[in-house]
Amino acid sequence: MAADSLDDFIATAARTLGLALDPEWGPAVKGNLIVTLHHAATVAEFELPDEAEPAPVFRV
Amino acid sequence: MTAQQAWPQQALAQQAWASASAIAEAVSSGKTSARTVVDDALARIVALNPTLNAFTTVTAERARARAAAIDAAPGDVKKGYSLAGVPFAVKNLFDVAGLATVAGSKINRSRAPAKADSPLIERLEAAGAVLVGALNMGEYAYDFTGENVHDGPSRNPHDPTRMTGGSSGGCGGAVGGGMVPLSLGSDTNGSIRVPSSLCGIFGLKPTYGRLTRARTFPFVASLDHLGPFARNVRDLALSYDAMQGPADDDAACVGRALEPALPQLARGHEGLRVAVAGGYFRKGASAEVLAALDTVGNALGVQDTVELPEAHRARAAAYVITATEGAELHLDRLRHQARDFDPAVRDRLIAGAMVPASLVVRAQKFRRWYYERVLALFQRYDAILAPATPCTAPKIGQQTFMLDGVEMPVRPNMGLYTQPISFIGLPVVAVPVPLKPLPIGVQIIAAPWREDVALRIAHALEQMGAVAAPTPAV
Repeated sequence: MAADSLDDFIATAARTLGLALDPEWGPAVKGNLIVTLHHAATVAEFELPDEAEPAPVFRV
Repeated sequence: MTAQQAWPQQALAQQAWASASAIAEAVSSGKTSARTVVDDALARIVALNPTLNAFTTVTAERARARAAAIDAAPGDVKKGYSLAGVPFAVKNLFDVAGLATVAGSKINRSRAPAKADSPLIERLEAAGAVLVGALNMGEYAYDFTGENVHDGPSRNPHDPTRMTGGSSGGCGGAVGGGMVPLSLGSDTNGSIRVPSSLCGIFGLKPTYGRLTRARTFPFVASLDHLGPFARNVRDLALSYDAMQGPADDDAACVGRALEPALPQLARGHEGLRVAVAGGYFRKGASAEVLAALDTVGNALGVQDTVELPEAHRARAAAYVITATEGAELHLDRLRHQARDFDPAVRDRLIAGAMVPASLVVRAQKFRRWYYERVLALFQRYDAILAPATPCTAPKIGQQTFMLDGVEMPVRPNMGLYTQPISFIGLPVVAVPVPLKPLPIGVQIIAAPWREDVALRIAHALEQMGAVAAPTPAV
């Protein structure tokens, strides 16, 4: 996600989630989101079969 | 000669470093009283806490009452206590009756006092141990440093200008500094193993679901574990055995039958197949990490290297699950009390709240894939060795360190080697290698439910002198 669109995403997500984001927190939130999305991409680029089950499985 | 005089004066002077099992033997046999032991521990806490900042609450009155009850118990009852008179303390995310469970936060200070102790406290006290207080921790356990903006940093007993590691920082300082022989902490991504490594003590992170987490403040439900810290392996096993057992009020606790580890220690490491983790766990490793791994590996005669497949992705997936589950837990507090958080914790949690759910589900799918691949390695090996931390204790306030030639932030990266292991809930004993000037830990990783294997190997290493909790000059 490009830096500018990430700014837009953060602003929209904050509004959607009801989070009052102080502009001073913006750079740190963005920095953390970039790191977390990088980790998520590292996981997502690994191919898994459609049948792969998530680790936590609900059992009745 | 009175019973208390029979307790060797030299031992009294050295009691700061007495093992839990030695204290229990002395109390249950009447060589000393629980009250003497507890008063001595309370005096050390008063003397050392201004330096180490390990305790946030000292439960002196409760501890003295409990010690008096143990001393008043009939001789046969006292003899049955495996932890008679042993002082212990808990990370302040454990419920302690009458105290607000603060979990290192400012926000939780307004919570109603807990109505009852955590079951793990109840079980240790049922074995004769005595709770003496609650311990400092990183806010809401989202931390690897042991620093806390509200209570001040936990300080490393080997050098108080250095970090204890976190988030169970007070656990590391209190046990490593000789304030108590035993403490309980939590480990979501490494919070038992990191402070064990930096403070030079032993820590046990049991299999996910082994010890109940009931009546403790959570962080990441699918990754949270609880476990003990001690200065020797016997004490780890003694306390672990006392805490095992089913529990109704923790959905993750599987309620296995008791599997006592203490009787297994004497079997040593004979016949156990041990390998050292390569690849991700050795790439760019520091000189201290390699020295510690070599010390432990050579003592065990380890020749094989094994690669945990896609360990870097396992760490990445643990990072994503932590950020998002943690954010969900705190979402209402982020909406209404955001300014009362530690800013470093708040900003990570807000970012976590914004991660798309599809990426989190993918991380949980990868988790199962990785679990099955790593489990297959335990067909060939009983245990795998890996570093516990990328370095010895950094300075308090240090923001970055060099890792494989790259400057990296300290806070999220101290768990580089622990996260791929707790991610799939494997049991681990962190053992301290007493390097100079600062100790560092090695993880002994076993197959699910085989805490006994990791403890046997740790005990054998201790007997050989390869690992030990060094005594700091506090």
